[in-house]
This record gives sequence, structure tokens and C-alpha cells, in this order.
Amino acid sequence: MSTLLEVSGVSVSFDGFRAINNLSFHMGAAELRAVIGPNGAGKTTFMDIVTGKTRPDKGTIRWGEKGISLLGLSEARIAREGVGRKFQKPTVFEDQTVRANLLVALRNKRGPFAALFWRPGPADLERVDALSETIGLAAHLDRKSGELSHGQKQWLEIGMLLAQEPRLLLVDEPAAGMTVAEREKTTEILVEAAKTRAVVVVEHDMEFVRRLNCRVTVLHEGSVLAEGSLDHVTSNPDVIDVYLGR
Amino acid sequence: MTGSFLKRNPSVPVVLGLLLIGTLAITAMAASGGLSTSFVKTLGMTLCLALAALAMDLVWGYAGILSLGNIAFFALGGYMIGMWLMTARTEGIVAESLAGQAIPPTPQEIRDAVGGQIFGVVGSSDFPTIWAFSGSLPAQLALVVLVPSALALVFGWLAFRSRVTGVYLSILTQAMTLALALYLFQNDAGLRGNNGLSGLQNLPGLSGVPQSTVSLWFLWGSALALGLGYLLCAFVVSGKFGAILRGIRDNEARVRFLGYPVEGYKLAVFTLSAAITGIAGALYYPQAGIVNPAEMMPIASIYLAVWVAIGGRGRLYGAVIGAIAVSLISSFFTSGKLPDLDLGPLRLVWVDWWLVMLGFSFVLVTLLAPKGLGGLVDLWTQRRRPARHGADLGPDQGSFREEEAKA
Ligand SMILES: Nc1ncnc2c1ncn2[C@@H]1O[C@H](COP(=O)(O)OP(=O)(O)OP(=O)(O)O)[C@@H](O)[C@H]1O
Ligand SMILES: [Mg+2]
Repeated sequence: MSTLLEVSGVSVSFDGFRAINNLSFHMGAAELRAVIGPNGAGKTTFMDIVTGKTRPDKGTIRWGEKGISLLGLSEARIAREGVGRKFQKPTVFEDQTVRANLLVALRNKRGPFAALFWRPGPADLERVDALSETIGLAAHLDRKSGELSHGQKQWLEIGMLLAQEPRLLLVDEPAAGMTVAEREKTTEILVEAAKTRAVVVVEHDMEFVRRLNCRVTVLHEGSVLAEGSLDHVTSNPDVIDVYLGR
Repeated sequence: MTGSFLKRNPSVPVVLGLLLIGTLAITAMAASGGLSTSFVKTLGMTLCLALAALAMDLVWGYAGILSLGNIAFFALGGYMIGMWLMTARTEGIVAESLAGQAIPPTPQEIRDAVGGQIFGVVGSSDFPTIWAFSGSLPAQLALVVLVPSALALVFGWLAFRSRVTGVYLSILTQAMTLALALYLFQNDAGLRGNNGLSGLQNLPGLSGVPQSTVSLWFLWGSALALGLGYLLCAFVVSGKFGAILRGIRDNEARVRFLGYPVEGYKLAVFTLSAAITGIAGALYYPQAGIVNPAEMMPIASIYLAVWVAIGGRGRLYGAVIGAIAVSLISSFFTSGKLPDLDLGPLRLVWVDWWLVMLGFSFVLVTLLAPKGLGGLVDLWTQRRRPARHGADLGPDQGSFREEEAKA
């Protein structure tokens, strides 16, 4: 399997505190991966580094077939390279309709002048309809997204990421605050998405991770503690010690 | 983003219609002698202020950048057109007075005499370099747009690139404005220091046309500019560009991680706002007659923001309503026509108390009606359109509020 993302030897400190410590991490082109770990393990910081929000102190990040370095690229540029990111808190444009949210996210030219003259064509509207179907918001396209329930906002954000057509999707705690039924639906969406692209899911909920049925990486104090199937890592004594045991 | 232009901008025909009717009515009243020339000018100037408020709403209401620098663009627009007005008119006067001489004056002599006339007040008679194009109307008209845009572009590039946002950005824009004002106060800045440019109401070559007519020309010019400005702004904010601007205002990070170059968008809208504001200033100051650096003092920046806030941020007609309402009421209170109230120990001088009242109403609007005067329109449109799409009925979608509201 070809490597899409290769993070090696990355470290970052905040005021002397090592949030990420010599972290290495690989992702294939169409792979689903769960990242678990205790609070403060550096999961979100890891995503910050890959998406260009935080600059690492050392290490390299290689991307795609050509292995270009993502370090030094702006967040927007990295997003255009094909990295989509869902935040831990749902972040959608609350003042705008669900349809507008999805239309803005659709993969298109991103410059100001292109946006000024862009009109959604029939193909775009169809794509939005299909996406809204996928995320279960087809009936809510004309509502302001601020009115959606918490879970629906999470879905909308995932829908916006899918609209962006990324090659790698980084999803931070998608199931937080969701009901059981909503969680199941979220699992479906993510598993489906991972068939054609790489998806990294950070999650605390073990049930959720189990349903994802994928390779699991355990982070602890900024580096990888264990990696493998869920059963493999949950039987690892170190993991039980730092994470599951508590 | 979807639907026809008019469907996306239902306010456009209303605003343009009212503007046309208003301008026609004023013209008719002025022609029948019902309105004084100075009042017609006040109305024309008010339309220019509305255009400036519109441009302010573009950056503040839509993109969330509270720019306190827009008033600088406004004054710069006035300066640029003022340079031509002063040069051309003084040339006319000088040429006339020199025409009687036995030896016809050389162009250089005329130029020197004009320089002496214009810059005599600051103890000089030479044209500073920045007046190089002042003899050409097309050049100065181009500069009306180019100078404010260029300033916005350079300043915006520096500020946005370093990701200064919120109140720090506002302070930075205010600092820019103040620095420019203080610079222009100096005589060697080349724009006649604190005298500014004056006599701008006199159009070169048209000394035979009475001011009552000129005032109507400018009224129509200002109305046309406001109408076109409104159309342009409506086009800008109702498409995807506008959706992204509002996205930047509400959640900059989300826009960035969708792959949009946020700085580019901010720069584009800031520069556009500066260009529109420059045009508004270029139409305003010939009606005011004088432009000087005092026009750019901090209070003026605040005024612009207050109009937009009172009118209602983030909706174009809000800015127009706010600017027109507040500046007309303001000119009523400060006209001195209102008799002062004697309240025993306290004497209510309206000219002074007006600012207090304005400040007070600003606070009230901000606290009690954040949608501003424009929010009143919602009351009306919602009564006409009962389909609330769930709005204001709470976010809980398990409870079928929409259905309940229909019943
Ligand atoms: N910008 C920052 N400045 C200072 N410290 C930070 C910063 N970002 C993260 N940290 C610290 O780095 C550590 C890792 O944080 P991170 O948010 O990545 O944890 P996490 O694994 O996502 O935890 P959680 O499960 O609670 O979301 C934490 O101790 C946090 O306090
Ligand atoms: Mg986190």
C-alpha cells in the first residue's frame, strides 16, 4: 500500500512542555485509523501539526506520492493539498444555511476572484443533495445551521469535509455529545468515507472505536505507545496502565 | 448563493426605488423653491455618507473587521478631487487676470502664479511633487480610487499577514488614520496643512452656473453613486464571496481549513471598501466645500462605526438607513435652529447634548437591539412570511417546532 502521510520524528514543546515527543506515524491512501489516548496525550496537537496550525520544533512530514514536505505550508495550502480537518468542537457557519455551508466547502478554485463570480451549477447542487443524503441532513438544507442539534452540526462539518474531497480526513472526537443512534450513523459515514480516502479518527469512546473496526494507534505523552488491532492494543499492559486502567 | 440576483437581494429594488423617488422629490421641491441650496447639499452629502457606511458595512458587518481607517480613505478621496478642483479653478482665475497684460503670459508664468495662489497660505509658491497630475481631471479621478486602494492594500497586507485581528486590528487602523491626519497637518506634506483644500464647491469653468443648480447635480451624482455602490455590494455579498466573508467573520479557522486564503479575502474586501469610500469622499467634499486633516480625527471614525451599528451591521440597507437617519438627525440638532432648553440649573444646549444623546442611543442599540434599525425590517418581513424555517423557535429538532408554529 502506498504511503499518503508520513510523519517522522516530530516534536513540539509549549513553554518547555513537550506535547509531542519524537512522534512517527504513517497512513496509507485508503485506510481508516483510530487514534486513542488519555486527555492531554497530544492527539489534537498532532492534528494541529499535520494541518499546519502548529509548527513542530523538529521532524519531517511527507505527503503524497511525491513526498512533498507539509512543513512551512500555510493551513489553507495544506487543505488544498487534500487534508481535511474536523475540529473537536463542531465548527460550521452558524449564520448560514446548511446548503450554503456545503456549497462553500465544495472543491473549487479557492481564490477571491474565482469566488466572486462562482455560481453553483446543476452538478454542484446535485453533489450537495447527495452529500446531505449521506450525512442525514437532506431535510434540513434550507435551515440555518445554527439551529441544528449538536450531533447534526457534527455531521454537517463532516459533510463539509467530504465536499472538500480531501485525500486525508482528520476527525477529532466526532462522536462527542452524540446519542447512541447518532454514533452509529457517524460510524457508518466514516467507514464509508474511508473506502476511498485515508481517515484518522480521534476518539475516547471504546465502543465507537470497536465499531470502526480498524487499526488503532495509542498516543501517550506525545508519542506512540502501541499500534495494532483494538484487541491487540487493549491487551498491551502499558496501554492498560496509562489509559484503560484508570 | 442560489437563485436569481433579485431573489438573493430582495432589498435592491426597494432601496433603489426609494432612492430614485427621494431624489426626484427633492429635485422637484428644490426647483419650486421649497428647499434651500444648503439643505440640498446636506442631503447630497448624506447620500455620500450612506455610501461610505455601506463600504464600512462590507468590512465590518460582513468580514468582521472593524476598520477605523475608512474615514482616511474618505478624506483622501476628497483630497484627490480637491487637488484638481483647486488647480483648475485657480488657473481659470489667474489666466483671466493675466489676460489683460500686453505680453501674453507663458504657461510657466501661469503655473507659478497658480502655485503662489494655492500655496501662499503655507508660505510657498511651488507645486509639491504630489500635485504632479493636479492639472488633469482624468488622472485625479483615477487617483480618487487608486490612492485609498493602494493605502488599504499595503496596510492590509501588513496587518492581515501577521494575523492581527479583533480590537488590535481596530486600534492599528485607528493609528494609521491618526498618523495620516498628523502628517497632513504639516505644511510640508504638500496639502496645505491645517488649511486643507478649500473653495471646492466652485466648479472650474462653470462660474456662471448658480450653486442651486450645482447642488442638484451633486445630489444626482451622489444618488447614482449610492445606487451603483449598493448594487455592487449586493453582488459581492450575496454570492459565494459573501458567504466566505461571513464565514471569516464567524469562524476564521474553519474557512482557513477549508483551503481558502483568508488573508487574500480580507485584503480584497478591505481594498474594495477603500475604493468605494474614496469615491464617496470625492463626491462629498465638493459639496462640503472644504477638506482638511481635522476630518480624519478619531471622532469621525467612530461616527462611521456608529452609523453602521445603529442601522444594523451585516445588512446593506442597515448601513444606509443608519447613516441617513443619524446624520440627518445630527444635522437637525447641530443646526442651532432648535431653541436651547432652560432647566433651571441646567441649560440644555442641543449642539453639545446631541453627542451625548447619540452616544447613549449607541449604547442602547448595542445592548437592546443588536440588529439595529434594520432589524425593524425583520418584524415586517416575518409577518409577511410565516414560514420561519425553524428560526427563533429553539434548536431542538426533536420537538417539531416548525409544525407547531404553523398551527
Ligand atoms: N497552544 C498550546 N499552548 C500550550 N499548551 C498546549 C497548547 N496546545 C496544547 N497544549 C498542551 O499540550 C498537551 C496536549 O494537548 P492536546 O490538546 O493535543 O491533547 P488531546 O490528546 O487532544 O487531549 P483531549 O483528549 O483532552 O482532547 C496538553 O497538555 C495541552 O495542555
Ligand atoms: Mg483533543
